[in-house]
Amino acid sequence: MDISTQDTKTPPPSPQPSAAEQKRAAHGATRPGDRIFLGLSRGSGILLLALMAAIAVFLTYRASLAISKDDANFLTAFEWNTGVVPPRFGIAVLAFGTIVSSIVAMVIAVPIAVAIALFLTHYAPRKLSGPIAYVIDLLAAVPSIVYGLWGALILVPNMTGLFGWLDTYFGWTGIFSWEGGAPRSMLTVGILLAIMILPIITNVSREVFRQVPQMHEEAALALGATRWEVIRMSVLPFGRSGVISASMLGLGRALGETMAVATVLSPDFLIHGSLLNPGGGTFAQNIASKFGEATEFGRDALIASGLVLFVITLLVNGAARAIIARRKEYSGANA
Amino acid sequence: MAKRIDVSGLTAYYGTHKAIEDISMTVEPRSVTAFIGPSGCGKSTFLRTLNRMHEVTPGGRVEGKVLLDDEDLYGAGIDPVSVRREVGMVFQRPNPFPTMSIFDNVAAGLRLNGNYKKSELQDVVEKSLKGANLWNEVKDRLNKPGSGLSGGQQQRLCIARAIAVEPNVLLMDEPCSALDPISTLAIEDLIGELKERFTIVIVTHNMQQAARVSDRTAFFNLAAVGQPGKLIEIDDTERIFSNPSVQATEDYISGRFG
Amino acid sequence: MSTVIDKRPSTLRGARLPKWSPYAIAAGSAAVAIGVGTAADLASRVQWGLIAGLLFIISTYVIAARVEGRRQAKDRIATCLVWVAFLLAVVPLVSLIWVTVERGVKVLDVYFLTHSMGVVADTEVGGGIYAAIIGSLEQVGLATLIGAPIGVLTAIYLVEYGRGNLSRAITFFVDVMTGIPSIVAGLFILSLMLMWDMQPFGFAGSLALAILMMPVIVRSTEEMLKLVPNELREASLALGVPKWRTILKVVLPTSIGGITTGIMLAVARIAGETAPVLLLVFGNPFINNNPFEGAQASLPLYIYQQYANSAGSGAAYDRAWAASLTLIAFVMILNLVARGIARWKAPKTGR
Repeated sequence: MDISTQDTKTPPPSPQPSAAEQKRAAHGATRPGDRIFLGLSRGSGILLLALMAAIAVFLTYRASLAISKDDANFLTAFEWNTGVVPPRFGIAVLAFGTIVSSIVAMVIAVPIAVAIALFLTHYAPRKLSGPIAYVIDLLAAVPSIVYGLWGALILVPNMTGLFGWLDTYFGWTGIFSWEGGAPRSMLTVGILLAIMILPIITNVSREVFRQVPQMHEEAALALGATRWEVIRMSVLPFGRSGVISASMLGLGRALGETMAVATVLSPDFLIHGSLLNPGGGTFAQNIASKFGEATEFGRDALIASGLVLFVITLLVNGAARAIIARRKEYSGANA
Repeated sequence: MAKRIDVSGLTAYYGTHKAIEDISMTVEPRSVTAFIGPSGCGKSTFLRTLNRMHEVTPGGRVEGKVLLDDEDLYGAGIDPVSVRREVGMVFQRPNPFPTMSIFDNVAAGLRLNGNYKKSELQDVVEKSLKGANLWNEVKDRLNKPGSGLSGGQQQRLCIARAIAVEPNVLLMDEPCSALDPISTLAIEDLIGELKERFTIVIVTHNMQQAARVSDRTAFFNLAAVGQPGKLIEIDDTERIFSNPSVQATEDYISGRFG
Repeated sequence: MSTVIDKRPSTLRGARLPKWSPYAIAAGSAAVAIGVGTAADLASRVQWGLIAGLLFIISTYVIAARVEGRRQAKDRIATCLVWVAFLLAVVPLVSLIWVTVERGVKVLDVYFLTHSMGVVADTEVGGGIYAAIIGSLEQVGLATLIGAPIGVLTAIYLVEYGRGNLSRAITFFVDVMTGIPSIVAGLFILSLMLMWDMQPFGFAGSLALAILMMPVIVRSTEEMLKLVPNELREASLALGVPKWRTILKVVLPTSIGGITTGIMLAVARIAGETAPVLLLVFGNPFINNNPFEGAQASLPLYIYQQYANSAGSGAAYDRAWAASLTLIAFVMILNLVARGIARWKAPKTGR
């Protein structure tokens, strides 16, 4: 970096250079070309920061316009009537639905994704694992609206059998009781979300498992460990935090997914104890479905709900970052 | 406990590349046998064929026989997992399990092989750590992660882990190349003690080390880069270093090449 | 000699199940499941499959535990479960591709690609996605024109100049931005439009898509720039080349393949985004070539609208699938080309 101070125009370093001079020397930005280029690239970075700030400010401002006129409790009300006077709307159902569908998706997707990642790194023949990983990469790019269409056409009708079975044997738990409505419920949404986030979790986990140092696996092998024992002793402990952050990435996608939920769920504004009975809603789905008929005030109300979704995804992201940071410290201590 | 190894006509491949060719030798029990030779001559590959670790590398395969007290490691129906249980290995870089404590590292091999009582485990861990000359340094922090130890201590931890399962043979793949001279000395002393109980095979780049620790020395060489490595000769260490029967060995030892 | 009593049993020769045993157990389980299924008159083939699967796993464990020991049995079960998970995941993913192709080819032809909806009613056959393709291309193109330079420049700042608090803050917020749901990006632009009382238009969608695209490009470009060895930079700087020219003439050309790949993958990702387009672009059955004024169509939005108006069958439904196939094909081709570039330009490394 300092090599660029050979620039002839650089003044000889004075014993007490000013802070600005030091900074400029550090960036080597003394020629006009350097200054312009640094300005452009730094400007882009600052623009990104400004954008984030603008998103937070504008969403909060528009949301406050709506929430201040809300006649019901914004956090706890079970209704969404923005067109009436006085307007009454609340996010309780949406928050519940968003979290429940995402939990269902995670419970299904994470173990399967980890297993597939292990399959690709430790079980599949090498000739097979390359192409499969490639295809899974491609599947991560399938647009969510297509998943939605597929879910409505294939997944929903095929859920009837599973729903009946769950109701017969596990209906007593309450979570799996079914009144026989179309299976456009939170469980179906969760399964569809699981299928959608499977590729991304698999890909990230696969990368993590591939990075397990050979020597840790050989340590287990040399002790006479079977393949599964090698995975349990060296691969999983090493990859645990990586898998967690991969899952958080998937969770972020599940929380914010719009079109797939909107096409599969038949929404209402109630909290259902059972995962099988249709109804409920998610933030993103509600915005997409209510947007068409919404007045300007209605749109502000939807923006308010979007703000809550934004905050939730920020929290999830923060958690993922914290975990990754901890892992970095950990591996640093080992180096 | 210690067993004899008889290798005959052993050839190892990486995919289509022949790494070592037609190696035959006998490794005596309760002794230290050192493998020396220039880089890439296949001594590490050969070592890894002795506990079937070679085939873990993608494309790795082996022809020939390795008899461990009359039983062919590559015979039909032999379980490589059991082979590695009997033939322990210490690697070039210390590789304790990073997420396990010192205690758990040493106990790892035992826990694989069935249910031990806590007290039994404690006994074996203590005995193994003492066997590896590490007990006094770690006895107060057995529950701390093994990755917190110094490099030399980690390597002795790995040796303790390997001898805890009471193998018949202990293979060491350049165990001191990542260590400072003082840690190296500690490991070399340890090798001298361990040969009372185990058959030890050690790969080393350091000829002085081979001369110091081993009873017998095998010299490996390859005709040219890309050619398979071959065993040039194996003899008593004293003879190899004073009066080897092959000219190439003498050239190598006197530093004329390699 | 041969009368030696104490011939120690081999410790190396663990009893192993023969190689064909998994197939035999599988066949046995399937046979039993079919038997049980017919006897108990279970209608659902899925149930038969479940019974067979369960039997297979249990009997594998029991048999392996008896013959080979518990550890080997566990290893076999783990292998089973890993394979099962893989097959389980393959089913929906293959089905997705299959259904899209099968349904999509029904009405997908040149006419469909070159005509727009105009006044074609939902129940009528005919019409096409020309306006939607134009809209999508313009919106995604404009988004890329905005997002790619900002993204690449930000990455250059982070890698080549960035130290201290500003770059830490940018790194942090780029990560945060990666997690923004697409609908929230749409709502942000919507809130701006509400402030200035604007009607939907194509460029508004572009802005939201650009927001989604930037963090992805920053991340991938950063990775690529970090791969450029420092020796190259130093060699150039030591020749007296100014830093900005070093970046333009040495660093960027070295990593241009990877950067292009990253941008194309980002384009592929935003091309399928529906939610922000739904809020901002509104959709339009007629051709509107001007992204800066008036509602525009867009491919993903077209799919959603045709689907929503179709009640699950009929002409509009077929159009939705045909448009899906077009969109998937576009995204896949972009992906394949991008990865092709990455492989072609990649520095040769092992593993």
